[in-house]
Order: sequence, then C-alpha cells, then structure tokens
Amino acid sequence: MTDKLLEINNLYITLPAGAERSHAVEDLSLELSPGETLCVVGESGSGKSLSARAVMGLLPVPHVRADKGSILFNGENIIEASDSRLREIRGSEISMIFQEPMTALNPVMSIGNQIDEVFRFHVNMSSQQRVSKALKLLEDVNLPDPQHIMNAFPHQLSGGQRQRAMIAMALALSPKILIADEPTTALDVTTQAQILKLIKDMQGVYNTGVLFITHDFGVVADIADRVAVMQMGKVVETGSVEAVLNNPQHPYTQALIAAVPRLQPRPARPRSDETVLQVKALHKTFGGGKSFFGLGKANRKVEAVKNVELDLRRGETLGIVGESGSGKSTLARCIIRLMDSNSGQILIEGVDLTRLGRAAMRPTRRKIQMVFQDPFASLNPRIKVGDIIAQGPVIQGSSKEEAGARARELLEIVGLDKRAFDRFPHEFSGGQRQRIGIARSLALHPEILIADEPVSALDVSIQAQILSLLDKIRVQMNLSMIFITHDLRVAAQVCDRLAVMRYGEVVESGATEIVFANPQHEYTQALLAAVPGQGWQPNEVHISANIG
Amino acid sequence: MKEFWSQFQKNKSALIGLCILGLVLVMASVAGFIFPEDPFSLAGQPMSLPGSNGFLLGSDTLGRDVAAGIAHGAKTSLLIGLIATLAAVFIGIFFGAFAGYYGGYIDSLLMRVTEVFQTIPSFVFAILLVAIMKPSIESIVIAITVVSWPGVARLVRAEFLSLKNREFVQACHTLGMSDMRIMMREILPNCLSPIIVIGSLMVATAILIESGLAFLGLGDPNIMSWGFQIGAGRTMLRSAWWVCTFPGVAILVTVLAINLVGEGLNDALNPRLRERN
Repeated sequence: MTDKLLEINNLYITLPAGAERSHAVEDLSLELSPGETLCVVGESGSGKSLSARAVMGLLPVPHVRADKGSILFNGENIIEASDSRLREIRGSEISMIFQEPMTALNPVMSIGNQIDEVFRFHVNMSSQQRVSKALKLLEDVNLPDPQHIMNAFPHQLSGGQRQRAMIAMALALSPKILIADEPTTALDVTTQAQILKLIKDMQGVYNTGVLFITHDFGVVADIADRVAVMQMGKVVETGSVEAVLNNPQHPYTQALIAAVPRLQPRPARPRSDETVLQVKALHKTFGGGKSFFGLGKANRKVEAVKNVELDLRRGETLGIVGESGSGKSTLARCIIRLMDSNSGQILIEGVDLTRLGRAAMRPTRRKIQMVFQDPFASLNPRIKVGDIIAQGPVIQGSSKEEAGARARELLEIVGLDKRAFDRFPHEFSGGQRQRIGIARSLALHPEILIADEPVSALDVSIQAQILSLLDKIRVQMNLSMIFITHDLRVAAQVCDRLAVMRYGEVVESGATEIVFANPQHEYTQALLAAVPGQGWQPNEVHISANIG
Repeated sequence: MKEFWSQFQKNKSALIGLCILGLVLVMASVAGFIFPEDPFSLAGQPMSLPGSNGFLLGSDTLGRDVAAGIAHGAKTSLLIGLIATLAAVFIGIFFGAFAGYYGGYIDSLLMRVTEVFQTIPSFVFAILLVAIMKPSIESIVIAITVVSWPGVARLVRAEFLSLKNREFVQACHTLGMSDMRIMMREILPNCLSPIIVIGSLMVATAILIESGLAFLGLGDPNIMSWGFQIGAGRTMLRSAWWVCTFPGVAILVTVLAINLVGEGLNDALNPRLRERN
C-alpha cells in the first residue's frame, strides 16, 4: 500500500470505431496525494474530461470504455469494481463538480432536497440531523442566508451561487477526492476567483485531494500544486506547478504557455485625430411591452444599455470589457443596427445611423461589419464557404465574378487554402471557421470592424492565431475595431483603449495602459484583481510564435 | 445525398415501406393498361367470389370489378394525397415563415388565424367544406389542404423562431441582405428536413381523409376511389366480404408504407435522433 489516494497506471480508454482516433486516452499515468491539487490541462479533445469520468466510473459504456491499465483508489481498482461498489464510492469518497451547474443540478428539486438526497443514499441519519448538516454545509461554502437557499430552486440562484451549492453537495460526505471538471469556465472572472478560493479553503479543511481539469493556465497558476499537460490523449508533461509553468520541457507545453496572452497592456500607439465612429448617449431597454390587444401584465423592463458614450478613432482598437450581462453585446448589436436603440446617436461620418431606415441603412452597412462569437453558429451550414464570403459584395452590387475573385483573395489573406471556396462549413475546425467569418466581414472593405468575443470559443493556441490575424488585417487595411471581450488578458493584448461596462453603463474608459496601471472605478479594480494567475507571467516568448 | 441514403438504408422497415409504396405507384401508373375499361362499367356477374367468373378479387353488387377499382383508385388516392400535401406545405411555409420571422403583431395575427382552423376537428371540417362546395375532386383537394396546413405552419414558425436569431442570420443582416432573401435562401433550407418529414406523413393522412369522405358518399361521383368502394360494399359486408376488404387492405398497406417511409426520413434527416437505440 502507498500513501497515494489515487493512482492511475497506464490507462487506455478506447473510442468507438469510426472516431477520430482509436483511443481517447493512451497510456495515462497520474497520481494524487491527500491535500494535493493536481491540475490536468489540455485543449478541447485532449481526453482530460474522459479521464476524470473514468475515475468516477462514469464512462459511457459500451461505446467508450477503459480497456487496459488500472485506476487504483486507496489500492482498490475502480475499473474492476462492481456497480454497487461504484455507487458507494461516488459521492461519499470521490465526488465531482461540473462546468455548468445549471445542468448538473435538478431544476425541479430544491437545493435542500438535493443535498438531503446525498445523505439519504449514503448514511443513516435522522431527518433533523440531515437538515442541520445541510445548513452547516451551505454556511461553509459562504452562501448567504442558508435557510433561504435550502428552499430555493436552482434557477433562483446566480451562477456563482449554484456552483457553491454544487460544491456543498460534493463535499457533503467529506470525500477523499474531489474532481472538478472546468468548474469555473462558465462563470464571470470575479465569481471565478471566489470559487477557486473556496475550493482551496475547503481542501484545507477536509484534506481532500483535488483533481482539477481546466484549459486556463491562469487558473492553474492560482490553484495547482502539480500539473499534468495532456495532448491528444497522452500526458506530455507532468511536474510541480513552478517547473511546468516557468520551465516547460515539452514543445507542446511551451507552445501552449507561449500562447497565453500576457497581462501586460500593449505599448500605446499615437492616436489618430480622425473620428470614425461616435456613440452619444445611447440607451436600449428590453421589455416593457404589452401583449396582444394590450391585455395581460406588462413585461419586466431591463435597461441593457444606459447612456453610453464612445469615440472610435481611425486605426485604433477599442476594447469593451465587462462580465456577462453587462450589456456589451447589446451595445455592439445596437451600433451595427441589428437592434434598434431607444435613444441616442450613432454617428459615422456625421450621419446618424439610428435615424436610417432599413433601405437607407443598406449602403452604410458596407462601412461597418461584425465578427461573431460562435464559429459554429455564425456560418450557414447549407451554403458553400465561397458563397458565404461572396454574398456581401453580390448584395451590394458586385458581379458574381468580381465577388468570387474577392472571396478567393480574402481566403488567402485569412490564411486558408483556396480550395476552401467550394467546401461546406462543417468540413472546417473552429479556428478555420472563425477565419471564414473574418473573411466574410472583410469582403465589403469595411472601415469599422466589430468583433464580439471572437476568440472566447476557441482553444488558447488557436486564440493566439486569430488574435494575431486580426491585428495583421487591422494594420493592413487600416481598420478601426471595437473588440468585445470578458477576458482582460485578451483585452490587454489587442486593445489600445478600454471601456469597462457594468449593468449597461460605461464605468471607466481610457488608454489600456492607464486603465491597467491605475484603475479608477472600484469595479475595474475588482475585475483586474480577479484575473487568475496574476502572480505568474508567461516567460518572454512573443505571441504568434510558431504554434501548432 | 449519399450519406442520407446510407442512413436511410439502415432502417429496414423504411426500406420495406419504400418497396410497398413503389408497388402502389406502379399499380397506379399501369391501371389503364391492365384494366382499360372504366372501373364503373358492369363487367360481369354481380357478387362473384374472388377468383370466379374472371374476377381476380370478385365483383360487387352491380357487377363492377373490385380489382379494377383498386387499381384505378390508387391513382386517385395518391394524386389527391400528393397535391393536397404540396398545397398545404406551401401555405404552411408561407404563414409559418412570416409569423416566425417577423414576430410581434404579425406573428400574433397569423397564429390566431391558424388557431381558428385548428379548433375545428379536421375531419368534421373537411366534411363541412366538401358539403358546401359540392363533392368533386377539386373540392376534396381544397378541403384536405385547408384542414392540414396549420400543422406545417406551426412547425415552420418554430423553426424560424429558433433560426432567426442564429449568428449566421445576423451576419446576413449586417451585409444588408433583404428579409425575403434571408427567409428563402438562408433560413428555409435549414428547416427543410422536418418539413419533408411532416409532409410525407401528411400524404398518408390525406389519403385517409379522402377515403373517409368517399365512404360517406362525399367523393367525386365520377372518379373511382378506395373509400367509394368500401362505402358501396358496406351494406353487403356479411354476404360479400370481399367488396370492402380488398380496398380496405389497400388503404391500410399504403398508409402504413408511407408512415414507415416518413419515419425513415425522420431518422435519416434528424441526426440527433439517430443514436436513440
């Protein structure tokens, strides 16, 4: 017997025939001691989540199963354990928290009942004991008013509160191992910082071994004791957090770390005097309407954009940062007239866009274009890539041949093969699709490009490529850009100026350098303080350095 | 297309359905050659048993050939089913697309209209319409169309509602594309699969409604159909069972075949449902 809690030895997990590769995980060996946090890092498809599921005995058999190797939990092989033994282990000795607490919690059961279930299945306690234990747990995870939370349903809590409730459930029986599968990816950065701290504190109290799965090196720097880097189902590097982050050995780890945007604002560039876009006192409210015939009660009113003023100069990148629900996407959609604003002005070359009707707006569309967030939803699956890009010029009056030639030229500019022209979107990866989306937005020779979280759905190495592509075309075409992001690291990398939004208002704006060095508003300060991995700066490797 | 066919092939019952449907189609198209005479003509001795007096499937009370009636009736049933379904799908797409795409008052208005049609039980409504318009093949097609388009409208509306906020549609807005073009070129092709599926099942329903109408004596008096045959033989069910039975089997088999094909289409076109077994 060893003092290790968990030992994974030479584990292989097979994928069903016809999958991209034969094994999801190959020759995986990991170990975890009590009180230790092991971070498993890797990009999507690297097999990190399946490995975690294997430890819980939750692989989707018979399609996917572990066929070689062993997973020893306190010396007991989980792969060979019976179903009833697995049920005993799950929850009481190994428990798991998931990425999206809204889907991991049962929406029709109160939080109190869900915690109660854990006790009922595993231990023999009276109902009063169970209730007091559940209250204690909710208190421990710093939920305000535990009595109230007990009776609340998942949809009545915020994302952070739900994740806290999940953690309370996971820790209910003081398990020896906690598996956290991207537990903070769906959360805002300030909430993320609190959850990470909570996990760390709980670990101190219960001496739990934590297997933490993430793609974010900032989070790794904050929470890990040891790190395992996975690529295509194999562990390419393991070691202490200092060793892996500051002195990576494997080329893949080096590339990944080099791709992490550094939390250092880009050097300031001289600002042009020419204003290309001005937003004045813009307001947008949702709801407040009445139903058919004016019957029924009026909808709840939400002020999504409040009195926003922006000023975009030629050639600069203006970053709009803020957490989810701050109104940054709504603002972008108002500017590009996908939504109508309630009041205020949007001026391009002295013309107020808010007053233009649809037909009058059409010629102006050419000047302002948008890159969307989700590369899988932003391309019509039934139309060929070439036609998607050529559509814009054709609508604006170019001949088919001209538009086609332009599309081919753009494919080359965004770094795609010309043969992509005749293929359908589903044949491309996320990063390639985002390139197609960028090509489409450039087809009309716009002057202003609005990028709405263009890299947040992408892996970190692809993210770096897309960011440098955006930078390249901005210089090449003298574009002015509005860049919307929730990630301050990305903002630091690409934005000349920043506007920080909260509850629909711009609370602070200014040059990136100045905002980072000396944030004035308390919210900006909180945002900056919550960026994970502050203590660690990736080594001086420049981005866009030859990554995969 | 190739991928679609290989998915479709996996469903054995759908393949069987397709074969049966093929046979019915062949029967309908060669009816004029095998039975060149009018199926209403008196071909021989009344009430002949199947296989006797030169009648393959027997004859009815007036001496009409049941087999000839079935062959000619197949043409009527399929044609009515097809035309009524096409018309219903067309109207349904029109209503659903505008309601789903524009939302607001247009949606409320179009959907209230749709609901008016849905509140009346469809078969009763069809009887009513045919009775008002006088029984003829046109009035039957119109009646079937009128009672079956609301389903398509609801489906298309739901699809448009979910697709219109997708980012690729928004991207088209930013390019300055017109609403009509967005609806027809961008959104509609993405919701064709469920429309094809519901359409195929509607053909089966249309055949049933037509037979029902003919059975009640509301069919076109000059055109042979399965429902008419059953209606004519109904009073003689105990003395001449074959007059009702064979047209009934024809309806059963055809409707079953179309339903099997429709289900196969559904499995092949909706990838999310493929993995369900």
